Amino acid sequence: MPEYSLTVNGSLHTVNVPDDTPLLWVLRDELELTGTKYGCGAGQCRSCTVLLDGTATFACVIQIKSVGDRAVQTIEGLSDDLSHPVQKAWLEVDVPQCGWCQSGQIMTAAALLAEHPDPTDEQIDEWMSPVLCRCGTYNRIRKAIHIAAKEGGR
Amino acid sequence: MSGREVSRRTFVQVSGGAGAGLILGFNLACSGKQAAATGSLDPGVLNAWIRIGNDESVTFLISESEMGQGTHTALSMLLAEELEVDWSHISSKHAPTDRSLYGRQSTGGSTSIRTNHERMRVAGASAREMLIAAGGARWGVPASECRAEAGQVVHTSSGRSLSYGSLADEAALLSAPDEPSLKDPADYHLVGRRMPRLDSPEKVDGSAVFGLDVSVPGMLTALVARPPAFGGSVGSFDAAAALAVPGVRHVVEIPAGVVVAADGFWAAKRGRDALTVEWNPGKFGGESDDSIRELCRKLADHGAVVTDEGDVAKAAAGAKKRIDAEYDAPFLAHATMEPVNCVADVRDDGCDIWTGTQAPTSAQDIGADITGLPIEQIRVHTQMLGGGFGRRSRNDFVGEAVHASKALGAPVKIVYTREDDMRAGSYRPVAYNRFTGAVDGNGNPVAWEHRIVSPSILLNIGARLQEGIDPTSTENAGDLGYAIPNIHVTYADPELPVSVHFWRSVSNSQNIFVTECFLDELAAAGGRDPLELRLALLGEHPRRARALRLAAEKANWSTREADGRALGCAVAECFGSVVAQVAEVQLVDGEVRVLRVVCAIDCGTVVNPDTIEAQMESGIAYGLTAALYGQISIERGGAVEGNFDRYPILRMRDMPEVETHIIAEGDPVGGIGEVGLPCIAPAVCNALLTITGEPIRRLPIGDRFKT
Repeated sequence: MPEYSLTVNGSLHTVNVPDDTPLLWVLRDELELTGTKYGCGAGQCRSCTVLLDGTATFACVIQIKSVGDRAVQTIEGLSDDLSHPVQKAWLEVDVPQCGWCQSGQIMTAAALLAEHPDPTDEQIDEWMSPVLCRCGTYNRIRKAIHIAAKEGGR
Repeated sequence: MSGREVSRRTFVQVSGGAGAGLILGFNLACSGKQAAATGSLDPGVLNAWIRIGNDESVTFLISESEMGQGTHTALSMLLAEELEVDWSHISSKHAPTDRSLYGRQSTGGSTSIRTNHERMRVAGASAREMLIAAGGARWGVPASECRAEAGQVVHTSSGRSLSYGSLADEAALLSAPDEPSLKDPADYHLVGRRMPRLDSPEKVDGSAVFGLDVSVPGMLTALVARPPAFGGSVGSFDAAAALAVPGVRHVVEIPAGVVVAADGFWAAKRGRDALTVEWNPGKFGGESDDSIRELCRKLADHGAVVTDEGDVAKAAAGAKKRIDAEYDAPFLAHATMEPVNCVADVRDDGCDIWTGTQAPTSAQDIGADITGLPIEQIRVHTQMLGGGFGRRSRNDFVGEAVHASKALGAPVKIVYTREDDMRAGSYRPVAYNRFTGAVDGNGNPVAWEHRIVSPSILLNIGARLQEGIDPTSTENAGDLGYAIPNIHVTYADPELPVSVHFWRSVSNSQNIFVTECFLDELAAAGGRDPLELRLALLGEHPRRARALRLAAEKANWSTREADGRALGCAVAECFGSVVAQVAEVQLVDGEVRVLRVVCAIDCGTVVNPDTIEAQMESGIAYGLTAALYGQISIERGGAVEGNFDRYPILRMRDMPEVETHIIAEGDPVGGIGEVGLPCIAPAVCNALLTITGEPIRRLPIGDRFKT
């Protein structure tokens, strides 16, 4: 079984897994970082979104062999204390319902705000529409992103 | 009483449980006093729902399942209101599964608040009085001289105070009061206000533990190969290739199919991909959507009579205009964002089950049935649910995990891939509807015949039908609510092997669509405004009329067709609440755009208005997904759609603006979780009828307007 080293939320980890193992299952089953969620296994719902060197990426499809030396950031690494502006805005608006998709929503929103500190509704649509929510929290997500932008985004 | 309530009661009977509510006296008495005698409960336990720590922490144990509907927060508000405790000290978690404390634990039918509103108030008030009594005893003054205030017991005349945390252990040793006095709702400071959800922080930092996040020592992760056709079975299988995959530990057959158990998900997935199974297709293996519809059409003339008033045939014959129509609604998957899953650990001395379930006591029953262990040795640990919508009351996934753990002698986590989840059945039933309607010269409907053919949920969960009628299939159709003098409604079950189950709002999701759309067809045939016609026919239902008027007024109904946009409306009464919606719809290059939905919800009494708004948005998004895209198709006896590419979910860019208006005029508290859904499909389709002149008689709307 090949050995891979990867940096997740600032810590270096070594895992022995088949080279086609999706990053999602390395995070969940090997590193016990279960905040990143499985929803479809095919890049269609984006519940598994993590940041690779700051870029929003769906972890259910990207294989461990393709991660390379890019730094992985998951929901657990966004802040230690709910202090990231996106998390604060999410709490202010009370976005979550069932919550399963919210890690993916939050990580995508964080990447959006890093790229566009004051996004338009069209930019929010473009970035957030691939991230599915079965509970229909979209209008609150939009509101929270605008609030986070006012608070300085990143 | 609505058909819905009848159905839930039947469901409870089917599941063989004791009714909740009867046990209140016992579980209130189940305080530390009893704990001290039995050693069974921790100190600081005021009753089955309330624990207070010496550090002033207040933990509410909620017997209802939290699947996003916000019930843990709302029930905690009711407890905290009566307990008089500071909101910042409160946390909530799922209660253990214990029918001796909570009765039958089952969350569904939008019943959590309706069932528990008074129960939570009494539990909170009882604990408050015990704490006051403990404070009085500490000071040697009568309890009547003391009061409770923000987590303190205060001796009014001296101004002395003691914190709940310092009194909890003493209070827990007291007997629960027989009849605790409840607060005057006029004095509420929590209930009725917008309160933040207790579960938001853990859902925003990724620490919330859902069923799929559970891991226990020695656990194997397993996928199950299930028959591709409903009613099929395993013929034979060859495990060699699967067992050759690194990390795969076992391949074993259980009633549901063939289990591939491995060290983790990826190995289990690769192992199952490598597995070879010969399937027996079963009797249904050649069936398809077309053959199912043909069967339903044949049965439409042979249904059991649900409602028969006046003489429909005669009235239709003498009417000014007559419409005959066939309406269809497809099978739908719940598609919870977290696919269903379960961890079970079967041992000689007991069985532990960790899962996100809407029905923990039913999971316990399943565990006992399969293992032969007594109920008390089946411990069901309810985890956070990544969506429920009815799917997680089925517990088929629990049975699979228990079977697998029993067979393998190790803890097993059964994981469903998205495809497994979407093709596993438990669908919203397909429904075929044949209508005949007629209007007189004034445009008044005079005849309404509605023949429903739709698989029975009750038969699927092992219940019997009375006189051939499944009330979970005829909600709001058998009892139409509109003053039409001649009504005939029938129901038939097509006896399909496709498993069907409760799906958010149950048959209201089909019946409100077909009845509210067909009413608009009659309005158009008679030259009547759909809103005006409804109000004219709702004389016996003033709450429905009031909600409809409010939604229409806020949506500016008087301009219902302008600039290529149109409004459509619908109204429904279900789950103890009344809801009306007006949708503003535009058709652009064949694409249906729902711009705005105005929703009036009359739920009688409000606990958390923010949750009510969230649930209206949620029901609308869920219902709009079904209206625009939702369909599980059957080919060769099995489900075609497996993932979100072919079973799309509404996206951010397509979510309409939602404006919710709450009516709460003191009527009994109504349900919220399902009520937002039924009206959206007919409201949208009725707007499209105005735009195009053509009724939409088959869901989903799909690409029909695209060229």
